[in-house]
Amino acid sequence: MQRTMMDFWVGLFVMAGIGALLILGMKVGNLTTYQTGESYTLVGNFENIGGLKVRAPVKSAGVVVGRVADIQFSLETYDAVVTINMDARYQFPQDTFASILTSGLLGEQYVGLLPGGDDAMLEDGDKFMKTNSAIVLEDMIGRFLFDKAAEDKDF
Amino acid sequence: MIKHIVTGIQAVGHRVIDGVWRLGCASRFFLLVLLNSPPSFLRFGLITREIYFAGVLSLVIILVSGLFVGMVLGLQGYETLQKFGAESAVGTLVALSLVRELGPVIAALLFASRAGSAMTAEIGLMKATEQLAAMGMMAVDPVARVVAPRFWAGVFSMPLLAAMFTVMGVFGGYLVTVIFIGVDEGSFWSQMQDAVDFRYDIVNGVIKSCFFGVAITAIAVFEGFDAPPTAEGVSGATTRTVVTSALTILGMDFVLTAFMFRGVS
Repeated sequence: MQRTMMDFWVGLFVMAGIGALLILGMKVGNLTTYQTGESYTLVGNFENIGGLKVRAPVKSAGVVVGRVADIQFSLETYDAVVTINMDARYQFPQDTFASILTSGLLGEQYVGLLPGGDDAMLEDGDKFMKTNSAIVLEDMIGRFLFDKAAEDKDF
Repeated sequence: MIKHIVTGIQAVGHRVIDGVWRLGCASRFFLLVLLNSPPSFLRFGLITREIYFAGVLSLVIILVSGLFVGMVLGLQGYETLQKFGAESAVGTLVALSLVRELGPVIAALLFASRAGSAMTAEIGLMKATEQLAAMGMMAVDPVARVVAPRFWAGVFSMPLLAAMFTVMGVFGGYLVTVIFIGVDEGSFWSQMQDAVDFRYDIVNGVIKSCFFGVAITAIAVFEGFDAPPTAEGVSGATTRTVVTSALTILGMDFVLTAFMFRGVS
């Protein structure tokens, strides 16, 4: 086969391969919404994080505004310290309420942010003042049974 | 009685020593190829030629297999998921299994049997017909002239082929579930994009296929170079290339997966 013809096919092959990688990134993956821009970190202490994982989304009003970067256990306060990477485009007031919610009945868990009314905004490295733990099914059932028993005693 | 036990133990020892010795030979040969690579990069035409034979000519089998693997995944995934009313998650299933595992692994297995065996047979036959020795006589290093270009062509082609396999697979899944069965197109793509992470899934898949490319071509060129210079020797070496590559790919895949996707510790 002629050299130029071979070069042509190899060039086409390489371009198709790179094109395939681009399609994977754009169409199959989330490169279009990939956070490469600036971000800032916030920290929240939660009594119970349930099944929250690193890389779980942080949503406000259903829009993804950040991701969970790190989860540690604090030996001083005996609770979970969740570090969050926030998109720098989104600023939240200082009295923002952070809670751990579940998407759907069996869906993954995420951090939901409910903005407050403060004029001062959360800065890089700040802590959420108010947090709400994940709902644990056993606790709920336990509380329900306890209430039921208390009701029965009234009779 | 004791004599039988001793010969049995000797046979085990003999095999182990042989295996270790061969592994050492292969590692030294691998280093030799790396050391002799710079000259072949200066003559890039040689590598282009090998990319044509290893990569471009493997395209048909890679693309067709990818399409069918994706179609089967879509069909089977739909069958199971629709029992739970979660048929819109079929896009996630197809994309994740292809990007993380099936794309790199099946493309590598096909590449080993299509291109790896051809490399071994070619180099083995060159050795059997004393072409390599003739090159040495003319002060042309056969490792730099014959082996290194083939090695780098394989290493370069493998990730590209795996990416094309994955894209064809996703397209096959799309074809079956969305076009034929009628799963909602919007949820197919949006759930897929939501679940597949660029850094975590796609880049890790590409890294996997790079590792496989190095392993397959290293095995293929070593077996070819090491083949006994007879017709039987070349055929044995070709078989060994396919078998060893397949086992190495699957074993390596497990180790790489354990490192990449062990979840959140």
